[in-house]
Amino acid sequence: MKHFFLASILAGAMALPAYAADYTIIAPANPGGGWDQTARSLQTVLQQEGISGNVQVQNVPGAGGTIGLAQFASQQKGNPNALIVGGYVMVGAILTNKSPVTLKDVTPIARLTGEYEAIVVPAASEIKTMADLVEALKKDPGAVSWAGGSAGGTDHIAVGLIAKAAGVDPTKINYIAYSGGGEALAAILGSQVTAGISGYGEFEAQVKAGTLRLIAVSSGERIAGIDAPTLKESGLDVVVENWRMVAAAPGLTDEQKAAVSADVEKLAKSAGWQEVLKTKGWQDSYLAGDAFAAQLDKDVAATEGVLKDIGLVK
Amino acid sequence: MATFEFLLQGLWVAAQPMNLLYALIGVTLGTAVGVLPGIGPALTVALLLPVTYRLDPAGSLIMFAGIYYGGMYGGSTTSILLNTPGESASIVTALEGNKMARAGRGGPALATAAIGSFVAGLIATLGLAFIAPYIVKLALVFGPREYFALMVLAFVTVSSAFGDSTLRGLTSLFVGLALSVVGIDQLTGQTRLSFGVPELLDGIEVTTLAVAMFAIGETLFIAAQGDKGPDKVEAVRGSVWMSKLDWARSWKPWLRGTFIGFPIGAMPAGGAEIGTFLSYATEKRLAKHPEEFGNGAIEGVAGPEAANNASAAGTLVPLLTLGLPTTATAAIMLAGFQQYGLQPGPLLFATNPQLVWGLIASLLIANFMLLVLNLPLIGLWVKLLTIPKPWLYAGILLFATLGTIGANPSVYELGMLLAFGLLGYAMRVFGFPIAPVVVGLILGPLAEQQLRRALAISQGDVSVLFTSPIAAVLLAIAAAALIVPLILRARGRGQVLAQLAANED
Repeated sequence: MKHFFLASILAGAMALPAYAADYTIIAPANPGGGWDQTARSLQTVLQQEGISGNVQVQNVPGAGGTIGLAQFASQQKGNPNALIVGGYVMVGAILTNKSPVTLKDVTPIARLTGEYEAIVVPAASEIKTMADLVEALKKDPGAVSWAGGSAGGTDHIAVGLIAKAAGVDPTKINYIAYSGGGEALAAILGSQVTAGISGYGEFEAQVKAGTLRLIAVSSGERIAGIDAPTLKESGLDVVVENWRMVAAAPGLTDEQKAAVSADVEKLAKSAGWQEVLKTKGWQDSYLAGDAFAAQLDKDVAATEGVLKDIGLVK
Repeated sequence: MATFEFLLQGLWVAAQPMNLLYALIGVTLGTAVGVLPGIGPALTVALLLPVTYRLDPAGSLIMFAGIYYGGMYGGSTTSILLNTPGESASIVTALEGNKMARAGRGGPALATAAIGSFVAGLIATLGLAFIAPYIVKLALVFGPREYFALMVLAFVTVSSAFGDSTLRGLTSLFVGLALSVVGIDQLTGQTRLSFGVPELLDGIEVTTLAVAMFAIGETLFIAAQGDKGPDKVEAVRGSVWMSKLDWARSWKPWLRGTFIGFPIGAMPAGGAEIGTFLSYATEKRLAKHPEEFGNGAIEGVAGPEAANNASAAGTLVPLLTLGLPTTATAAIMLAGFQQYGLQPGPLLFATNPQLVWGLIASLLIANFMLLVLNLPLIGLWVKLLTIPKPWLYAGILLFATLGTIGANPSVYELGMLLAFGLLGYAMRVFGFPIAPVVVGLILGPLAEQQLRRALAISQGDVSVLFTSPIAAVLLAIAAAALIVPLILRARGRGQVLAQLAANED
């Protein structure tokens, strides 16, 4: 009887993905990072707005999302209920890792959010401004350690661009890759590294609590409600936007793709999603269909150029 | 005194009869699912979280706390009785616990695990309530070099504790280390030992390896013995309950396990397993009869089980104070908290005191319920051993397989489960210990990444590894742990150890 009970729980749990309009969202990063937050926000809003009855989030971390992407592309082929969160980091990681699986092997649905990079130092750090950090970087690039996401991701690219703009050899930067925002945050809070770089949302609570000092953001102009200069104001001609998207499995029929696109559009237009964007400090950059596909191609080409430029891709 | 008022208020709410019932349901569900091999606490919480959404916030927090603690505890039952740990944090429990169960002392083993979990859960939850902000400061002091030193300590204690033959223990450990480098290297993004197989890119899942080595390997081993094996395990010899001696031998390990497990659980890169390894090694070293280790020493169950549950509360420290989910379980809990508008972060204790204290009160109640549920069940659990072996092990095989593909529905995963099961069987036959393989897989990547990070930050200066006081102390303890047994061996105790090795499975 006991075993029967256990078996039925298990069977019930395994049967869950079979219901229609349920989604399993792969967050190809460790819990706590940007993709994880995006996936969990999608989960909440999809359920809250009644677009889907049951949404699960699964973390498949590592290597700028290429591990999750590869697993997703191979395991979910033709599954209309599977989604993966991804973004700019993945574009870079695919190039640096020479990943056999690329964004061409999944079905990109829509770009959802954009987020600017924030550069922070521990509250106790001697570095008060971006100018201080640049000075330290010029003096000895290796002595400035940066904690951020996966090797070759947006954070890494941004650091390379900052070095280049400051006239420092970008191949000399001392970048410490962490697999998710959470672990990098702990390293910055513990003053293990000189500076940290990641999406603003991941630092926001700490910045507000005064445990981290925000010294610059990577937007073109100042962001409303964020008290920090842009990199441009600090004399570095660098603008980096880390966009995030949602993609579906490869091998979907046109009807299935249309159904997923419709669900995602409903989500992007919903009040609940707008609320999430506001609280998380993400910019709404919803872009779908052919326009998104064209933009994606352009971004891939541009990123390849940047990575070669700063020596991350040979 | 506001702290106390909030806690008392939370306790009062949690002690309402209806909420007590929710706590009981949560603990029962959590334990039931947690018992299944391959289904660890993370998956347990993820599967059962939707159940809590239908209740009011207080009720759901309470049920949720019950599921969490129940799931953390559940794995130890199968570890002890069947030598098939449900998840990596209860591997150590299997080492001594199963030996006790085979000697007819499954009852006391389960009791010391349950009471130890309760004691550890109680102290650690109170620790969470009162010293979380200080503990988190300590955890943040741990940078790459301190973690590396901790890993070195874990390696040394593990290799000396699990293999009575050092050579065999190390061999097993290196098998695990070799398996641990499979996949994409995190720091450079390059693939290693994946031979172009995409399924190997994300490395080998710890749970798959643990369930395969223990559950499948054990089943094959028993099956291969056929009629030659001992015909029947004596389910109960002596009392089902703990004797006075058992109590006397258990209470110190409970406390030590708690103090080891709680801070390590609170570290962003710690994890429940490391606490259990260190606790086991500590108990073996402090025991009056270290020769009993490997043959069913109750200290070896009491300490690691306490460490395991203390680290469960420890995990909540960075989650509540920093908003940092450091384990998969914590990440899923974060999603659960957000349902009630609770946004963990540095300001949480200030902005949302009712909910935080409500949660802590719920954890205390859940912890108590766990004891209420599990002590009376011990008599029943022990009867599992009287099930005829073919049925019992067929059941284990079924649940291990279901659990693994339930967690990761992939043919490849199933293939790995069987392949590692065969490896586990072969290692049993040739007398190599199993646990160090899993230990190597868990600790290997942690040690490697932290060492490389430390050296990157110091720009290749090796001396940085010894110049931090914490790292230096940890390395000194590791050195002592390595050298002392060598001296003991040299002084003639080697024969005893060698004999023990021969008795090892």
